[in-house]
Amino acid sequence: MGGENPYQDDRGNRDRSITADGAGASVDVTRRDGPVAVSPGGPFLEGRAMTGGYGKSGPDILHGCTIAVDRGEIAVIVGPNGAGKSTAMKALFGMLDLREGKVTLDGLDITALTPQARVRAGMGFVPQTHNIFPTMTVEENLEMGAFIRTDDYRGTMEQVYDLFPILKDKRRQNAGELSGGQRQQVAVGRALMTQPKVLMLDEPTAGVSPIVMDELFDRIIEVARTGLPVLMVEQNARQALEIADKGYVLVQGANAHTGTGKGLLADAEVRKSFLGG
Amino acid sequence: MELLNALMVLMNFVIVPALTYGSQLALGALGVTLVYGILRFSNFAHGDGMALGTTAVILFTWWFQSLGISLGPVPTALLALPFGIAAAAALMLGTDRVVYRFYRTQKAKPVILVIVSMGVMFIYNGITRFIIGPDDQNFADGARFLFTVREFRDWSGLDEGFGIRSTQALTVVTAVIVVAALFWFLNRTRTGKSMRAFSDNEDLALLSGINPEKVVAVTWLLVAALATIAGTLYGLDKSFKPFTYFQLLLPIFAAAIVGGLGSPLGAIAGGFIIAFSEVTVTYAWKKVLEYALPEALAPEGLMQLMSTEYKFAVSFMILVVVLLFKPTGLFKGKAV
Repeated sequence: MGGENPYQDDRGNRDRSITADGAGASVDVTRRDGPVAVSPGGPFLEGRAMTGGYGKSGPDILHGCTIAVDRGEIAVIVGPNGAGKSTAMKALFGMLDLREGKVTLDGLDITALTPQARVRAGMGFVPQTHNIFPTMTVEENLEMGAFIRTDDYRGTMEQVYDLFPILKDKRRQNAGELSGGQRQQVAVGRALMTQPKVLMLDEPTAGVSPIVMDELFDRIIEVARTGLPVLMVEQNARQALEIADKGYVLVQGANAHTGTGKGLLADAEVRKSFLGG
Repeated sequence: MELLNALMVLMNFVIVPALTYGSQLALGALGVTLVYGILRFSNFAHGDGMALGTTAVILFTWWFQSLGISLGPVPTALLALPFGIAAAAALMLGTDRVVYRFYRTQKAKPVILVIVSMGVMFIYNGITRFIIGPDDQNFADGARFLFTVREFRDWSGLDEGFGIRSTQALTVVTAVIVVAALFWFLNRTRTGKSMRAFSDNEDLALLSGINPEKVVAVTWLLVAALATIAGTLYGLDKSFKPFTYFQLLLPIFAAAIVGGLGSPLGAIAGGFIIAFSEVTVTYAWKKVLEYALPEALAPEGLMQLMSTEYKFAVSFMILVVVLLFKPTGLFKGKAV
């Protein structure tokens, strides 16, 4: 980037005494929402035959990739590094322009909506990194999650605290001071504050210990049991497929294998190619 | 008794002036730190924004004085302050609309915004000189002193005493109120929290439904208020001269960086650190030491580490030392 736009020339930006980090958010606020069409039938959330990449002219990363999740299900996207797992999820969330394919949520075609509008439409998204407000308290993080709500959200906050009791104990502490696993709980809790219709998690267990990972998975199962569809991208393929109702194996931006979590675990080819035998 | 006299001299020439100056710097640094935290660039136009806001206050003050309106012992400028803030707010929001927003939509890198703010600085600079001229302006009225040195000496019976000018008292009291109000706003209100969220993690704030244009507009409103208040207090306490306000940029930035850019608490602490350093380093300690030390050790020279002309060197040295050894500042600011 920056080659054609002189305003984005990055020279001199390392001097943090005059400029702050984090400028130029990756969410494009100048984009406008397109129309929403009714598209009945199909799964609750579906990205059908998605093809696209980053930016207006970037190379395609996804090639006709289809991801779907239904009510009460946990769907997991797994695959080797660089397979486009996170990209597929970002495509569902509207963070890249699709050249082909469409995204439907609850019977509505939302392909033309911006990520901000998709949050309002009922998508809860937990990014892989930078998914909390580090200098704000746990409680303030949750409050910010409920920013778009105009009704009383205290009930939802209690539900989040019931789900993650440790957060209730630490609610006056800055989220940035918590451990990795606790931060992820804050991030998931923040996303739940909008009362989303579907929860999307981008590698929720990245960088946490195996014990914490198991606990996080338990919590995610608990969330899914309430009827909320959960879609997640996972690096720890084996553990993730064990809890998944539906699994998608992506290879080079395309669907390689699709099936139930158990089915994929039993599939000899899937095991051989990237579960390590 | 001798030690008490030393303390009195210290109060009169170091502690009271430094507290006042520190409050003014803290208010200035808060404005700089807000822009850095939310808009993510160092606003070089802040000093001249202060000057322009103060110009508006001075004009309103003169108008009120000509109408015969006064607040008795309190400076009339206090009555003019809200009008000055409104003028400064209109100016800064207008500047954002015409200048900064263009670069935001271009997703310009922050370093470009820094240079843009220098351009804005020169424009403000010129406007101020057009309106009020480059000379000293005096707009303080009301009571001169809360109590004078003589009154204090008579009351206490000591050889030395200290006085407090009404502008000094006004500065400290106003600063305390403004800072308390600002912290209440940032920590307790929904808009304030959304500003902190935006400063913490812009992407996540946008995804949480926080409107970036509103956050930016509220930031400029706060900055306009802080700059005008700081400028007016400085002008009342010392005198108003556009060039002095431009020069204030260095100690203000030093204060913000020492405290940790982006940290409001740091800006306040930094303001007092810079102010106390400047005053103590450039103060002639002879009289204090004469009282404090036994006669045999009484100093012969002025015991002044640096002449007052070099006071800016003090902020600069502190800045260099902080950037070398604790680049994030004392209160864990965002970066540096």
